[in-house]
Amino acid sequence: MSARTLIPGITARATTDLPVLKPFKGKPYGHDEIGFSRFLANLSPWAVVCVVMLLALWPMAAMAQAKYTIGDAFDALWKWVPFLVTKGFALNILISVTTMAIGTAAGVLLGLWQISPHPAIQKTAWAVTQAFRNSPWLVLLFIVMLAFPFEITIAGVTIPIPDWMKAVFGLSLPIMANISEVVRGAIQSVPTGQWEASESLAFSRNQTLWRIILPQCFKRMIPPWMNWYAILTMATPLVSLLGVEEIVTLSRQAMEGENNHPELLIPFYGFCLVIFFAYCYPIARWTISLERKFSVKL
Amino acid sequence: MLQSIQDYFRQLAETNPSWNFIYIYDPVQTARVLDGLWMTIILSVVCVILSVVIGVVGALLQGSPRRWVRSVVQGYIQFFRNTPPLIQLLFFYFALGQFTPSYSPDGWLEVPIISNVGWAIISLSFFAGAFNVEIFRSGIEAVPESTKEASESLGMNRLQTYIYVVLPLAFRVSLPSLNNNLVNLVKTTTQAIVIAVPELLYQLVSIYNDYSTAQNACMVLMFLVYIVLVGILVLGMNRWERGMRIPGYGA
Amino acid sequence: MAESKWTPKEPMVSAKDVHKSFGDLEVLKGVSMDVMKGDCVCVIGPSGSGKSTYIRCINALNPIDSGSIEVEGQEVNDPHLDKLELRKKVGMVFQQYNLFPHKTALENIMMAPMRVLKEPKDEVETRARELIKKVRLEGKEDSFPGELSGGQQQRVAIARSLAMRPDVMLFDEVTAALDPETVKEVLVTIRDLAEEGMTCILVTHEMGFAREVANHIYFTDRGVIVEHGPPKTFFTKAKDPRTKEFLSQIL
Repeated sequence: MSARTLIPGITARATTDLPVLKPFKGKPYGHDEIGFSRFLANLSPWAVVCVVMLLALWPMAAMAQAKYTIGDAFDALWKWVPFLVTKGFALNILISVTTMAIGTAAGVLLGLWQISPHPAIQKTAWAVTQAFRNSPWLVLLFIVMLAFPFEITIAGVTIPIPDWMKAVFGLSLPIMANISEVVRGAIQSVPTGQWEASESLAFSRNQTLWRIILPQCFKRMIPPWMNWYAILTMATPLVSLLGVEEIVTLSRQAMEGENNHPELLIPFYGFCLVIFFAYCYPIARWTISLERKFSVKL
Repeated sequence: MLQSIQDYFRQLAETNPSWNFIYIYDPVQTARVLDGLWMTIILSVVCVILSVVIGVVGALLQGSPRRWVRSVVQGYIQFFRNTPPLIQLLFFYFALGQFTPSYSPDGWLEVPIISNVGWAIISLSFFAGAFNVEIFRSGIEAVPESTKEASESLGMNRLQTYIYVVLPLAFRVSLPSLNNNLVNLVKTTTQAIVIAVPELLYQLVSIYNDYSTAQNACMVLMFLVYIVLVGILVLGMNRWERGMRIPGYGA
Repeated sequence: MAESKWTPKEPMVSAKDVHKSFGDLEVLKGVSMDVMKGDCVCVIGPSGSGKSTYIRCINALNPIDSGSIEVEGQEVNDPHLDKLELRKKVGMVFQQYNLFPHKTALENIMMAPMRVLKEPKDEVETRARELIKKVRLEGKEDSFPGELSGGQQQRVAIARSLAMRPDVMLFDEVTAALDPETVKEVLVTIRDLAEEGMTCILVTHEMGFAREVANHIYFTDRGVIVEHGPPKTFFTKAKDPRTKEFLSQIL
């Protein structure tokens, strides 16, 4: 800001409180910090069920005369459901939880480096964040799957690394980068007056950060953090491409076990869609309620 | 010049077998990489255009006075925004692909009317389009009633008001979110690999499946190309955003 | 059409027993008023008395429920009303300026004549530049609304309406949203217009301006015209107790 007198419309932005444009509400996910959860939580579950049913029934009607009936297909699905859930979807959950743990730990560190007073650390952290935030998740997954050894030897003990663990490392990278941005954004949302006030009280930088700034913005980070967890869970089917035996891979195997009738495709993939929705929806509701709770106390 | 670069990498591959940059000196592999890149670009451009069209049409339909039209659009948005794009691709190609007719160009082969590339374009366009509908609708809603009244009082009819005032304003307001979504779309095109669309990721994966020594080289290229592609897109979009900014409004 | 019958000796705007309700709320309860060519009429009254609704009805922005409003002999309360024809004759300026934020001042002025009247660009531009000069905004031709102060924006809005060469100008509380120091520049512009013989109808709270410029003042309260007369008698010899109370509060 210059020290000149600011004349609205001439040397400064004209200030007007008139509704020349109203606030813009539409945000794609990742942009609005909890946009994805906001969207998910606002859905009526019935609408989704209806849409899925509609999509499922239309092609079925087209082949009602086939020998292998819809009923048979659903019977097959029913038989496989316990297996798909306990072996397949459970692995999706395991992957998402472990990924979130690793991604969060790394992301917090990276985020704190992003506001480091050392330009070299700060710039590097920024570059790493941007690189992993902007690469396709699938590319990162492929790279990690190939680059990681399938076993490591520590002090003579050979520990095998299962495929799903490698997938966890691959997914942790984008999560780390996005959590890093969440942390940076939350810290920077604390008014600079707080930094100045604590500096004037002779707090060191580290003390200010840990005792004053972070406690203030910790709560603010929780809703976006949960939002990223939901996005991550939605992304876990990606690891099926690398042969990890999660729900999509197992569904495919189950359909092969049932002689690959094309009628099976819709019930099985439809089940995948529904179970993801069923898992993520309550999380989204919770995220929204937390966000509301925290924003009131601000 | 080019010859000497190729020679250098051929040499490197012999001395360091794990760093075989085969796509630099083997014209067949070069062609595969370029084909893949071209497919990624085609896929991105076509999907971007289609998803924007879907977004505009959907946003206009959401303003429809008919309840059922709005419900259908809402159902579409919910379905596509709420399920993993990977499963959408599988669903479209394998499940719905069963029911599209096929034709036989030579009397022997049965070729479906919609190829896997076609299904990838349809599925990804609808995926990104679902977000675009919401984005454009918010943009249109951001134009206040009084601005529309002003253009009406100048003698413009409804269509003129939309073309000259509401849509240009709505577009400018939506642009940052739109760009974000389009960047996301380009990243999502990699998932078309699941239905064997020969885009860049697919080609690189098949090169290192054929030549295991090229693994590291392919990984490096994979990472760099997408960073550069997305980087160019982000920079270009940001410039465009700045150019389209409405002076005096927004931070 | 009825239009051909109109001669300048008859009232330019003639309202008879206008009624208008929003839902259960009756805002206008039989308003009648004649405005001759070259008149400058001020409508004053407490907020919520229906004055803004009334002048919006003249421009057909709000349809009326019963009664009649004729502008140069053209009936506004007509289901087959040619709104374009009406709005060519009637210019309107809003409290909130309502400029198009994505167009420069000059483009804002040129838009309607070019798009609605389909006049050639060169001609419209010459006229727009003259209008800019007339509202004393030389040098601001290429500024965007967001870069102008409220008073400057309001003067662009006046020029924008004048570019359609209307016969009547409606001003809806045009200074209500302005800073006190910029109110004057807008009022001076309107006074110049009135002195040139433009027919003006103003809804305003600026009593000083009303007294100086208007040749007839209407006082409305709760949807009816309570009292009216030329400023000399209106301000000094008001008869109705409601008028007296209102004047005592603001003078």
